[in-house]
Amino acid sequence: MESATALFSLIIALPLLGFLINGLTGLFVESYRNKKQLIGSIASTAVFIPFVIAVYFFINMNAGSEALIYKLFTWMDVGTFSVDVAYRVDQLSVMMTMVVTGVGFLIHIYSMGYMSHDEGYWKFFAYLNLFIFAMLNLVLGNNLLLLFLGWEGVGVCSYLLIGFWYTDMAKSDAAKKAFIYNRIGDFAFLIAMFMVFQTVGSLNFDVILGNLDSFTEGYMVAIGLLMFVGATGKSAQIPLFVWLPDAMAGPTPVSALIHAATMVTSGIYLISRMSPMYAMIPEVMIIISVIGALTAIVAATIAITQNDIKGVLAYSTVSQLGYMFLALGAGGFTAAMFHVVTHAFFKACLFLGSGSVIHAMEHVEHGLHKEGKDVHFDPQDMRFMGGLKKYMPSTYKTFLIATVAIAGIPPLAGFFSKDEVLAMTMNAGFVDGGSWVYMMLWGVGIITAFLTAFYMFRLTLTTFHGSFKLPTKIKEAAGSEKFLHENPWNMTTPLWILAVLAVFGGFLGVPNFIVETFTHEPAHINLLHDWLYKINADYIIEMEHWVEWVLMAVSILIAISGVWLAFRMYNNDQQEESDAKIASRFGGLYSVWKDKYNLDDVYEGLVANPTVKFSDKVLAVFDMKVVDGIVNAIAGTVRLFGSLFRYLQTGVVSSYALAFVIGVIVILYLMIS
Amino acid sequence: METLLNITIYLPLLGIPLILLSKNENMKKWSALLVTSATFLISLPLMFNFDVVNSGAAQYLTEGGRISSTLDIKYLVGLDGLSLLLFMLTTFMGPIVIISSWNSVAKHLSGYLAMLLLLQTASLGVFASLDLLVFYVFFELSLIPMYFLIGIWGGSDRIRATLKFFIYTLVGSLIMLVGLIYVGYDAGSVMSGVNFTLDWRFLSSDIYQIGLVEQTYLFLAFALAFCIKVPLFPFHTWLPYAHTEAPTAGSVVLAAIMLKMGTYGLIRVCLPLFPNAFMEFAPYMATLAVIGIIYGALVAMVQKDVKKLVAYSSVSHLGFVVLGIFALNTVAVQGAIIQMVNHGLSTGALFLIVGMIYDRRHTRMIKDFGGIAKRMPIFTVMFMIATLASIGLPGLNGFVGEFLILNGSFFSELYDNKVFAILAASGVILAAVYMLWMFQRVMFGPLENEENKKLVDLNAREIGLLVPLVIFMFWIGIHPVNFTKYSENQVTELIITSKEKSLAVLETSKTEDLPEWANSFYGVDEKTESESLMVSTN
Repeated sequence: MESATALFSLIIALPLLGFLINGLTGLFVESYRNKKQLIGSIASTAVFIPFVIAVYFFINMNAGSEALIYKLFTWMDVGTFSVDVAYRVDQLSVMMTMVVTGVGFLIHIYSMGYMSHDEGYWKFFAYLNLFIFAMLNLVLGNNLLLLFLGWEGVGVCSYLLIGFWYTDMAKSDAAKKAFIYNRIGDFAFLIAMFMVFQTVGSLNFDVILGNLDSFTEGYMVAIGLLMFVGATGKSAQIPLFVWLPDAMAGPTPVSALIHAATMVTSGIYLISRMSPMYAMIPEVMIIISVIGALTAIVAATIAITQNDIKGVLAYSTVSQLGYMFLALGAGGFTAAMFHVVTHAFFKACLFLGSGSVIHAMEHVEHGLHKEGKDVHFDPQDMRFMGGLKKYMPSTYKTFLIATVAIAGIPPLAGFFSKDEVLAMTMNAGFVDGGSWVYMMLWGVGIITAFLTAFYMFRLTLTTFHGSFKLPTKIKEAAGSEKFLHENPWNMTTPLWILAVLAVFGGFLGVPNFIVETFTHEPAHINLLHDWLYKINADYIIEMEHWVEWVLMAVSILIAISGVWLAFRMYNNDQQEESDAKIASRFGGLYSVWKDKYNLDDVYEGLVANPTVKFSDKVLAVFDMKVVDGIVNAIAGTVRLFGSLFRYLQTGVVSSYALAFVIGVIVILYLMIS
Repeated sequence: METLLNITIYLPLLGIPLILLSKNENMKKWSALLVTSATFLISLPLMFNFDVVNSGAAQYLTEGGRISSTLDIKYLVGLDGLSLLLFMLTTFMGPIVIISSWNSVAKHLSGYLAMLLLLQTASLGVFASLDLLVFYVFFELSLIPMYFLIGIWGGSDRIRATLKFFIYTLVGSLIMLVGLIYVGYDAGSVMSGVNFTLDWRFLSSDIYQIGLVEQTYLFLAFALAFCIKVPLFPFHTWLPYAHTEAPTAGSVVLAAIMLKMGTYGLIRVCLPLFPNAFMEFAPYMATLAVIGIIYGALVAMVQKDVKKLVAYSSVSHLGFVVLGIFALNTVAVQGAIIQMVNHGLSTGALFLIVGMIYDRRHTRMIKDFGGIAKRMPIFTVMFMIATLASIGLPGLNGFVGEFLILNGSFFSELYDNKVFAILAASGVILAAVYMLWMFQRVMFGPLENEENKKLVDLNAREIGLLVPLVIFMFWIGIHPVNFTKYSENQVTELIITSKEKSLAVLETSKTEDLPEWANSFYGVDEKTESESLMVSTN
């Protein structure tokens, strides 16, 4: 193996190795399970070294570099079909690899604190490593099938981790739900692969994207749609998003890593990877944008009504993913990837911060139990929180920074990426053959931006400002604030690193027009755009600079007004009154939001339950009575005739069998001799 | 080498007197294990020395003398690309099956072990025979030990189950026997010097062609026998009965090996002998296969007995295999062959797993379990892997087979209809639903049942017999090339020669006076040109 290949293989191999070491040793050697320091260190190192190697590859690459292909071995090779286990290091995949391993490493460190008291510690870290392994296959695979291996692999890890506390049936339900909804998307993905293979005879990205003209119009549209359906499963878009909020049943570091920063962005990665094809099918692009915008606003309206701290963040994630699809469909592939990266920073920070809060609230509950008070409350319900900033300064500050970032306040990361998403959406209305629909979608995006700023500050203010409400809600918990404390360094350090990234991450993609307006020549301050230009078939910006300035001003104003309103309504312990106020203002609409648009009931009532009922009451009965009944009826008729000859026969099957064996032996003897 | 092949086939029989002579139970079990392990080890060189490039030609041939000068009935065994993997799967499963029943046989241990060994020889014989009469003999012979295994060592309703199994499959094969005798004389009239032959090498060659009308009837006769064996919807109802009543070892052999005789027969016999009928009936067979995939999955979903659930999942999985076979391109047929092995491994493992839990709790009802993951971590991991293999997770074996089959069916010229592959692909969703739902109810949730709190995890014996299966699940999943290479060339050649043969038959038919239905069913007049195009492009 060449040294470069060997070096590269480490990126893939180490997380797998970490999984095997911790998983197998933990499974078979019981004493190993308590060596938590060792287990955590092995797992974290198995992610950190790949991160360093990825950075090395990044440094040795420039925007014009050709993709490096590392073929390890042939995976399948039958007939005309052949596919390799081969990896592709290019500008897009190296960026994703750095995000996955970098954020992944931080979350590993955090988990060493967060999970330190869990008896399944070894299992948890084994799964996390396996997840990283699968995710790296997804982003680095050089063909659709290897990507799909990672795609389903992350799905299984997600399943295992959501249902990590499997003795709770609700949690294992959530795990199963996630897997099955994902499988619906995977089904579409499979069909798309068949169509691709049928047309170009390969699943390699180079071959597919180099032969786009051999696809018929119909096939390309179908493939584009099917892959998008696959993406709606993995990246939680309408109509398949309902699994993601339930997925919060998993331990919080999992929510941060899998269900916010990395796995759920796979769909965006896939479409970005296939962007030259998507750029050729505007009718599919518009569908992607519409779905994205709808998801963004639907999830945002639900987020306003939630009281579960992770629930708000979950819907916020769905909403932000919607933004990414909005950008993809508007030809802003780089903008979408930009938002993937910044979102990974601030949302991971928010989730880990919420984990820190939940950890503290659980500690309060345990403290009360130790005092002999039988107090039970939901440690994720923000109505019991409030005033936490005094007790958890690091968590508060980092959470606030990430909230400012996601709210879109300049110059934090979320501002630049969200602004680019919205600008590209508007731009799609201006390009050749562009549609007015995009301009409407821009409006939807702006409203969502307002809602985002509003519900995120509602969350932060209710949790950290005002006074600690548990003692007033539950009389027995009086004085319980003494149990509140900040978490150890291994939990707060990752928070701070992510918060710093959430502050500065936006400078990767500062829009060029800011400079161009003054210099009147092409600028290159949008680093990400320059980095990904070879891969992403972005639409060209057709808007005048002044339009871009106006758009930017609008999104700043919108964000500030959302924040302002949230401060007015939620800064001083008024959460429940203010929620009631909104509820009465919006009436029925609010209950629709609160009930999450009843989608779960619709799916269960219209698809799941009828299918089970039909299978149970109709098919299973049909199988026994009709299919088997016919067989029995035929047998019965024959037996009727057969009874006439009964006297000729002994009626004992074994004697027939004996006769048969003897016959066989005689024949065999004759033939061999 | 050819001696080695014969030793492999008959060595298990040698174990029978050894068992009968053994004084105590332990010695009986050890002799059975010794014999099956030896059989497996001896069979390994057959795989290592197999000439992959010439996989189309039968290797390690043993050809006995003709039974008489005019009847070309002879002992003829050998291995080629179609049979090698299934042959090896059979020897591989031998020791596993013996170990699996180490502590679970309550009565007549000698008879039990003897039946398993007899079954082993019969199954090996089926896959190695190249004379179709010998094939038939072994095919039937395999029924008898299974009949007793279910009938004596089975569950409470074993008599009804085993009779149903026996008579149903026997009826199918008797019809096949009639077809065989016809083919034998028909082929004998073409071959010089004899008036009866069932030598597969001759029958599958382009010298021997069967007319369209005869092909139709013969195909139906053979296909019926094989479809009952597979079992293909709607001939599957014996399977859930047989599986629920069979002892664990019986279920494992039944699922892993005996069902494959059906799908194997479709490729080995139906394709080369009746290529025109094979191709014209393909859409109908595919329709049944797709119905089976979805129907089997839906019925599996609502089963209350884990073993019955796995049995119905077999109906679904074997539907994939049949779909692949009738797609008739290298990708799909290769997928079907590897999927036969895959199903043997993963469903075999699932039945073993169900057996292990049954040994402990004497129940297989889903509602009796729940939360046992807590008590049995190693068991949980094994069960999880087998489950994921069964639902076709990439990286495990099931995915390779399903993907190749679906991909091949998608562009199959025979179906010329994407609907088959698309509907079949929906099976991947359903498989996740019924397997994970079952898994959840058995393994997850609170541990409430007092009986379940006493469960102990797998012992070394049980781990030892699952680990080899798990290794192969990963091996085939990650590096299937090591396995698909054996059948690659033969499958490619067989498809081409069968297509050519079908064209030749069509040409001949043009000069003949065929009944109206045959003319239109086979499209004798219009179809030839487009089909010749197919051969050239493939």
